[in-house]
Amino acid sequence: MTVMGKYSLGSLIWKRFKKSKLAVAGGIIVGILFVAAVFAPVLAPYNPGDIDRAHILVPPDMRHPLGTDDLGRDVMSRMIWGSRISLAVGFVAVGIATAIGLFFGALAGYYGGWAERIIMRFIDIMLTIPTFFLILAVIAFIEPSIWNIMIVIGLTSWMGVARLVRAEFLSLKEREYVLAARALGASDFRIIFRHILINSMAPVLVSAVLGIAGAVLVESALSFLGIGVQPPTPSWGNILTLGKDNIEIAWWLSVFPGLAILITVLGYNLLGEGIRDSIDPRLWDTERK
Amino acid sequence: MLTYLVKRFFEMIPTLLGITLISFFIIHLAPGKPTDVFSELNPKITPEARERLEKYYGLDKPIIVQYGLWLKRVVKFDFGESFSTDRRPVMQKIWDTKQPLLERKLFITFMLNLIEMIIIFLIAIPIGIFSATHRDSLYDRITTVSVFIGFAIPSFWLALLLMMFFGVYLDWLPVSGLKSLNHDSLPLAGKIMDRLRHLVLPVAVASFGGLAGLSRYMRSSMLEVIRQDYVTVARAKGLPENKVIYRHAFRNALLPLITLLGLSIPGLIGGSVIFENIFGIPGMGQLFFNGVMGRDYPLIMGILTIGAMLTLLGNLLADLGYMLADPRIRAK
Repeated sequence: MTVMGKYSLGSLIWKRFKKSKLAVAGGIIVGILFVAAVFAPVLAPYNPGDIDRAHILVPPDMRHPLGTDDLGRDVMSRMIWGSRISLAVGFVAVGIATAIGLFFGALAGYYGGWAERIIMRFIDIMLTIPTFFLILAVIAFIEPSIWNIMIVIGLTSWMGVARLVRAEFLSLKEREYVLAARALGASDFRIIFRHILINSMAPVLVSAVLGIAGAVLVESALSFLGIGVQPPTPSWGNILTLGKDNIEIAWWLSVFPGLAILITVLGYNLLGEGIRDSIDPRLWDTERK
Repeated sequence: MLTYLVKRFFEMIPTLLGITLISFFIIHLAPGKPTDVFSELNPKITPEARERLEKYYGLDKPIIVQYGLWLKRVVKFDFGESFSTDRRPVMQKIWDTKQPLLERKLFITFMLNLIEMIIIFLIAIPIGIFSATHRDSLYDRITTVSVFIGFAIPSFWLALLLMMFFGVYLDWLPVSGLKSLNHDSLPLAGKIMDRLRHLVLPVAVASFGGLAGLSRYMRSSMLEVIRQDYVTVARAKGLPENKVIYRHAFRNALLPLITLLGLSIPGLIGGSVIFENIFGIPGMGQLFFNGVMGRDYPLIMGILTIGAMLTLLGNLLADLGYMLADPRIRAK
């Protein structure tokens, strides 16, 4: 392991990643989102909850770069605070989905047999129910809060990861190094976690990054419909609800939050695709440009 | 082929059972008796309604029996009575036999999804083929970028923008509902035009998201096929490029798309909630959304189950289409 530095796997991946302009753009977008979310109290020019009845629905100007909403709250400040919601929902929901997906996928792929049959059937069933219907149905039975939204999105989006992990396990468990570990008497637990899981992390990481994009979209749709993040907590989706209510008089309430969602989702997608391309060794020698 | 179909049909049964199990599980998600939560969260519920509900679910019996009883009704499409003030049976709200076909909720949603799917296919396939045959050209790059944006754009936001531009700013198209208030007084041609005008924005928005995915898929499927030996052979024997692409490559590249069609159904049905809500379309999605807002549990469970059944049916049809399109499978 001393041959690190210039020619290590990590630096090769990094080199390839840097080469793709789109991937780097995605990384920068996600970076900006992080900064906005972490430093929201510093960056936001106003308190996102401050109501100013003298200045309702003011179009963008010098004092309010993105205008104000129907209660006179500064849209830019609300959007900066809203980035926290987007960031948190994306990561927590995907964290839950990935954990469940890893568990079921590893179980099905490693043990096979009836465990695999039951899990795969279960996945088929989950994929048959329109996800958005399922999310709405569950939300009807529980209180719509940001935590519940994260959990519900996580619980309804793990199927892709599970399939992916199972496929990885099916191919990796027959490799020599796994057979060797088994011959040495390693426990199933050790083989699964120390040997196979580590080696299947790359595609899981890619699908997680792409999954965050999906979760951000679902959360914004739920908040837009009024069953996601509840006002007065600002989220991009619920600012858009105000945009719809004031569609004839306040274009800025519709345009800016939607643009923020679009750019964020685009950022995660580009980042995910970028990571996918740079960790796939098959693409390393076939540089076309 | 018939045996395959029969086998495929029977394979659906365990999935169907699983769907009902999940639905049933959701009903029991809340702590305590479902009716406790129902009456607690839904103050409108009367003691009689509560009693009817307890009887409907057989709440005094063991849970297995409860599931059996519920299942027995679901098989007959009996999802109980709606909690809303009209207290009509859920099935009648979804498929009102007293109304003309065009006004039934399930039919509206079904037709919209069908139109969307046809439009997606008609546009995405040529885009995908052209991208593949002109790989790395300026056109290919523009479509690639557009596809990335298409994947990232929130459909409800696109809907808002189009409503703002075509509905409010230009005032060209209606932004809400499926027909105008004066619809009934219009002559037949006017009626048809009126309905079409109302369809433009919802269908455009709903098709847009699917367009990105499908054109991308068509492109890679086409690239895959073009590399095959038989395409090289076709070229080698001097066939014009047009014929190579459309007679030999295209047909084979189309096959995987049929499967994709089946897989995209749940997304389309789920998306109906958003579009019907934004555009005020009185379909199943809007009914479902209102059910969620009013905590109308029988209605929610009914639509959830029917949505899943429609997806299953769609998958079966996609398989059938695949079989009809691919002679290799037909022969088996």
